Amino acid sequence: MLELTNISKTYVNGSIVTTALDNVSFKIHQGEFVSIVGPSGSGKSTLMHILGALDIPTSGSYSINGTNTEKMKDDQLAEIRNKEIGFIFQAYNLLPRTSALKNVMLPMAYAGVSKTKREQRAKELLEAVGLGDKLTNTPNQLSGGQKQRVAIARALAMNPTLLLADEPTGNLPTNQSVEIMDIFQQLNNEGHTVVVITHEEAIAARTKRMITLVDGKIISDEDLI
Amino acid sequence: MKLQELVGESLTVLKVNKMRTGLSILGIIIGIGSVIALMTLGEASQQSVKQRIEALGSNLLVIRPGSSSSGFLRGGGGDVSTLKLADAQAIADSNRINTVENVAAEYTSAVQAAYGKNNTRVTVAGVTPNYFSIRNIELTLGRSISQSDIDLLTKVAVISPTTAEELFGQTTRYLGQTIKLDGNTFTIVGVTEATGSTGRSSGSETVYVPLSTAQRILFGVSHISSIYVQARNEDVMAAAHNQIGYLLLERHKLKTPADADFSITSQADLLETVTEVTETFTMLLTGIAAISLIVGGIGIMNIMLITVTERTREIGIRKALGAKKKTIILQFLIESIILTVMGGIMGVGLGLGVSVLLTHLMSLPTIIAYNSIMLAVVVACCIGLVFGWYPAQKAAKLQPIEALRYE
Repeated sequence: MLELTNISKTYVNGSIVTTALDNVSFKIHQGEFVSIVGPSGSGKSTLMHILGALDIPTSGSYSINGTNTEKMKDDQLAEIRNKEIGFIFQAYNLLPRTSALKNVMLPMAYAGVSKTKREQRAKELLEAVGLGDKLTNTPNQLSGGQKQRVAIARALAMNPTLLLADEPTGNLPTNQSVEIMDIFQQLNNEGHTVVVITHEEAIAARTKRMITLVDGKIISDEDLI
Repeated sequence: MKLQELVGESLTVLKVNKMRTGLSILGIIIGIGSVIALMTLGEASQQSVKQRIEALGSNLLVIRPGSSSSGFLRGGGGDVSTLKLADAQAIADSNRINTVENVAAEYTSAVQAAYGKNNTRVTVAGVTPNYFSIRNIELTLGRSISQSDIDLLTKVAVISPTTAEELFGQTTRYLGQTIKLDGNTFTIVGVTEATGSTGRSSGSETVYVPLSTAQRILFGVSHISSIYVQARNEDVMAAAHNQIGYLLLERHKLKTPADADFSITSQADLLETVTEVTETFTMLLTGIAAISLIVGGIGIMNIMLITVTERTREIGIRKALGAKKKTIILQFLIESIILTVMGGIMGVGLGLGVSVLLTHLMSLPTIIAYNSIMLAVVVACCIGLVFGWYPAQKAAKLQPIEALRYE
């Protein structure tokens, strides 16, 4: 259901052409738990942007749930991000000065879900990630692990095809990292497709499939179980 | 996302930065406030002038010596001695003039008036008996100038309350007292009502004496300064104007109206001129105030640009979560419109406050121009739209990746 075919991404800066991704192809099926690993500069971030419809490839095609994102306009990409993808970022990226509940409600607001439904679903999701008592807390009243759990709840709000996590435990102490990975594990068990981009072996080891990138190319793609 | 939610969100953002919000709308408050205040003041002074002029009588024609160079406006002026009392009598008596009700003559000049040790510069107006009724000047005490005063060259004076206060201080027992005008002793026989509401608008320190006394005893002249003509009614003003004009031309042995050594003005002409002048002034001042509105608008644009830069990351997050361009534009536009409309409403309050205060102090009628309030709010809204557009566009065009990377 996620299909990348001959994806390349080059950046042109004056006369210097940088190839971030070089002819990358792979598929991710419904219910998979995948990690994408590689050293910094390997093209992980670029791949994450393309998977997340935040950016479009220079060449090649990417389709999500059968929808080809090639030649899509900004607003169409925005709709794909809203409906098909749930982002979890290293820096959490919650709206400051906005309650946990409102943060989780935001993607649904952009989708035009009615306010009562939004509020109800956001409450359920926050309870599911163990933050039922922190609904009105703003991000700066939450710990790193709690913020990331709010971000996970927000990512799940639109029940997306793909949960896309970019270094989700990068800013967290070990015990909270384990909690977050437990949540991903559980979400995968419930049938969610989860892609984690990381440079940490220990995090990658908890997934079921590991794709390794070096210099914009896939050098290995192995099942871990 | 619904409009009212966007409004709610914008209000939250604006509340967080109270100081900045307040300062950035100050420009709009001052701009709208001064426009409203000036428009109201302009309207008030125009009404006040109109009322004063109309109080003088809309069927009044004033004839003054001096050539009339352009239209009704007096060109010459000064102490030209072409008008005589006989001219006034001719206007009253001529059987060719059937549009005139009443005629009065006046000779004015400035002299030093003294009572004991007090003395002040006053305007002496030598007048005929019907002068007071034609010019709507009421007496509060005593009597006015009579025909026998004219015939007998009596040295009596009717004074204005301001003159009385200057000469006699707080005492009100001045009827029958004598004052000196250029060394001649005059007995006070009457006091006019206070000026301001109606009557003479200029020269509040006036002493009225019999015309003949003024001409022969005080100043030694044979001409007069003005003739006041009361037409039968407003509709015959033009006819009266013509009849008097030709009669005087003939009397002065002049051939064409272009040679006239006198000018005839009506209150309507005066009203028109004054209205034009006040309108021009009001427009000019309002125009200057409007410039401050533009400056205020630029302030709003500046603050919105800062806001967009500060919230680049937030915009990135919103876009990553599926906000479309339109939604981002709307969010920032609403913010700037809320700023300017808030400023506009406060500005209306300020402007009205200032104009009520000023009109009160200047004892002008307070006329609140409700359409100017509507206009101000609409203008404020437009300023928000215009000056918020560029920052909003800038926000909407941010690439989500770039915006998310922004620290």
